[in-house]
Amino acid sequence: MSAPASETRIMDLRQISVRELNQALHDLPEAGASTRWQVRNAAGEHALAVGINAPCAVEINGHVGYYCAGMNKYAELTIHGNAGTGLAENMMSGRVTLKGNASQSAGATGRGGLLVIEGDAAARCGISMKGIDIVVRGSVGHLSAFMAQKGRLVVCGDAGPALGDSLYEAQLFVRGQAADLGADCMEKEMRTEHLEALGVLLDQAGINLPARAFRRYGSARSLYHFNIDYADTY
Amino acid sequence: MSSQYPGMIESALFSRDVIAEIQRAATEGIYDIRGWGAKRPLPHFDDLVFLGASMSRYPLEGYRERCDTHVTLGTRYAKKPLELKIPITIAGMSFGALSAQAKEALGRGASAVGTSTTTGDGGMTPEERAASSLLVYQVLPSRYGMDPDDLRRADAIEVVLGQGAKPGGGGMLLGQKINARVAGMRDLPPNIDQRSACRHPDWTGPDDLEIKIRELREITDWEKPVYVKIGASRSYYDTALAVKAGADVIVLDGMQGGTAATQNVFIEHVGIPTLPALRQAVEALTELDMHRKVQLIVSGGIRTGADVAKALAMGADAVSIGVAALIALGDNSPSLDEEYRKLGSRAGCYDDWQAGRDPAGITTQDEALASRLDPVLGGRRLANYLRTLNMETQIIARACGKSHVHNLEPEDLAALTIEAAAMAGVPLAGTQWIPGRDGRF
Repeated sequence: MSAPASETRIMDLRQISVRELNQALHDLPEAGASTRWQVRNAAGEHALAVGINAPCAVEINGHVGYYCAGMNKYAELTIHGNAGTGLAENMMSGRVTLKGNASQSAGATGRGGLLVIEGDAAARCGISMKGIDIVVRGSVGHLSAFMAQKGRLVVCGDAGPALGDSLYEAQLFVRGQAADLGADCMEKEMRTEHLEALGVLLDQAGINLPARAFRRYGSARSLYHFNIDYADTY
Repeated sequence: MSSQYPGMIESALFSRDVIAEIQRAATEGIYDIRGWGAKRPLPHFDDLVFLGASMSRYPLEGYRERCDTHVTLGTRYAKKPLELKIPITIAGMSFGALSAQAKEALGRGASAVGTSTTTGDGGMTPEERAASSLLVYQVLPSRYGMDPDDLRRADAIEVVLGQGAKPGGGGMLLGQKINARVAGMRDLPPNIDQRSACRHPDWTGPDDLEIKIRELREITDWEKPVYVKIGASRSYYDTALAVKAGADVIVLDGMQGGTAATQNVFIEHVGIPTLPALRQAVEALTELDMHRKVQLIVSGGIRTGADVAKALAMGADAVSIGVAALIALGDNSPSLDEEYRKLGSRAGCYDDWQAGRDPAGITTQDEALASRLDPVLGGRRLANYLRTLNMETQIIARACGKSHVHNLEPEDLAALTIEAAAMAGVPLAGTQWIPGRDGRF
């Protein structure tokens, strides 16, 4: 299980528990040198690699259950499989790359860092996001970016119904079709600064698509102060 | 209906208050929002009395014999349960709804008597953490200010499903209370209304909650007790499901529990009172053989040591206070009556906690108003109040012959009304009758 710091530490979940894995990751010093970890036989376990608070690189082989990489800080994780509900929920910083598809609420309430989903994401992707950047190579399900406050959601495929419902200041970019927009979400002009910033973000995510192929959506800001005249909007 | 004064007959159904509300709604076109909890008369602990010691019960001497009050919370799974010196805690109230001074004062008061206080929607402030020796960190649907560092800094975690004032409801912090600091903590622009969702963003139902709780335990290395807070509605089933989901502690908030800002119609008409909710929760815990193993904190209308003692006698492990704590800090003080009247209210009635114009400096983010509250003095007042509650609880427990307040039991209680007897599950005074028990009505 253990290895010199310069080598990859192998953590086989057929031999150790999720608790032991997480404790080992938590025992890393916050300001220490980066270490490399490989987690084998994830087998859909929940709460894998949650609460990491140190720079390290973690590769997970296999499908993961709920909340993988939850509340991550500093670490870079790559998951070779699909992910259950709440992938990288409330992530603070670092990077999480999912090679497969994500279930609902991926990136929920994330406050920083980059989440890259190379497959599709189900409903509520980026719900209540608070500063995270999420890039989905495929499509996202309904109510994605619901009440999204800050950060960017990039969808290279299509977006399901009610995109950006009750949106605050998060920016949404969709290359395909948005089935329909949620309350207070509207299409906005794609200006030069948006094209440039989106281009940088796509590069970071390793996605070779032109920024000009995307449409931008944001908040109409009509619900920022409760007004009885807008009651029918809800 | 006849009267000696024809033309002067008031309607019981359409009382003056009802008429005034219809007229207000017709003028303004919007519901009334306010703070506090349910204000209408409800069956409550006042409808219960203690059966003091007598020929068959041996009392303890008031000033010489010990009556312990400590309570341990989180014994089911947590490596580090909370050890409280008194069975009275401070409920979750947000920085945003309350001023930073008020949050600090709550921490100071609680710490002075060895109990815990709780964050709220909006995250943990450094002042609150520094002032609170035991701090419970709430995980709410909005996740405003949610930070894993704060999670690790907390002494316990409370997953909030709802609150008694509005089970099933979210919240809204109006823009006038959103200054730059509050906005920054919540990752939102200042001065806009901030909506708090009514459902969690990443789990639905008890099966998901079980996994969510496991995630929180994993993040914090299974050190912290995990509470689950529920608003009183289907209390029997919610308690059972919270146990199933893995809660260490259940916090049950009755409809008398306070809120910072909710529609009046919601506060007064959704949820059930604390009295029946508590009985249902204890029944569920007992049937699961989890009573005292999963601790139960009850809130919603706790004002006196008598309320505390009655809640404990019905089976709670501790109580939690919110509205009463704010009053102890100085809310609704008669000394501010003139200022309350300028706001269209008066001392004793002021509940516009959503408006941010609180002259007591408690429910405001206005710097000038907030600076009126001295956190040190406020903390001292709260500590005095908590000590008083605790001593009152001990007085009653000793009178019932108990050397620990947890030894109080339903057998020590009698009900003054049939309703209270049925709701609390204790006999109507002078009888052995508990309406509804054994199918007897």
